[in-house]
Amino acid sequence: MTVRLQSEPFDAGAELARLSEGRDGVGAVVTFTGLCRDRADSGAPLEALILEHYPEMAQEELERIEAEARARWPLIDSLLVHRYGRIRPGEPIVLVATLSSHRAAAFAAAEFLMDYLKTSAPFWKQEETAAGTGWVAAKEADDAAAERWSRG
Amino acid sequence: MKLKYFAWVRERVGLAEEDVDAPAGVATVAELVDWLRARGPDYERAFAAGPAIRAAIDKRHAKPDASIAGAGEIAFFPPMTGG
Repeated sequence: MTVRLQSEPFDAGAELARLSEGRDGVGAVVTFTGLCRDRADSGAPLEALILEHYPEMAQEELERIEAEARARWPLIDSLLVHRYGRIRPGEPIVLVATLSSHRAAAFAAAEFLMDYLKTSAPFWKQEETAAGTGWVAAKEADDAAAERWSRG
Repeated sequence: MKLKYFAWVRERVGLAEEDVDAPAGVATVAELVDWLRARGPDYERAFAAGPAIRAAIDKRHAKPDASIAGAGEIAFFPPMTGG
C-alpha cells in the first residue's frame, strides 16, 4: 500500500509494471489515470493547472482513504500517486491502482478511492488561461459520487 | 495554536499560516471562525462563505461543532478540488 505525492509527472505504465511484477496471487489490476484537459471549466483554452496542497494532511488523508478501501475489499496491494504544482494539458495528475485476486474488488476499490480522494484529499486546482488564473469550484457531482459509498 | 490557510482562504486572509492564542470561551471550530472574522476585513472576507469553508484539526477533517481543545494546528480551506 503506497501513497506518493510528487511534483514531477509519472509514467502510469511503468508504475503498473512495477506494481504487478512477480505477484502470483494477483488476478486483477485496475488502474485509473486522471489527465489534465486542454480546456478550463469555462471552455477557454487551458495553459496549465496549478495544484496547491496541504502536504502533511494530504499524505495522511490519502493513507486513511486507502486503509478504508482495504477494510472494505480484499486488496492485495494499492497505489495512489497525486501530483502538485504546475501541470500542463495532457500530463497525468493522479493515478489509482488496485490489485486483487478477482476483478470485482479491484474495480470497486479503485472507484471508491477516486471518489473519496476528489472530495476529501486537501488539493485545490487553479486554472491558468489567457484571461488569468482562477480557482476551480468544487462540483456537486463529486460530492454525490463520494456520498453513495457512505454506510447506511 | 498554529493556523494554516489554503487556496483562496489563504489569499483572502493574506497569510499562509500564523500563531494565535484564541481567548477562553472560543471552544469550537465555529467559534474560532467567528473570532477570526472579527479580527479584520481580510478575515471577514475570507470566512464570509461560512459553512462552505472546511476545517481540519491536526490534519483531520473537522466539523464546525468540533472542539478545538488541545489542537496544535487548525487549517481552513475551500472545498477540495483535487484528483
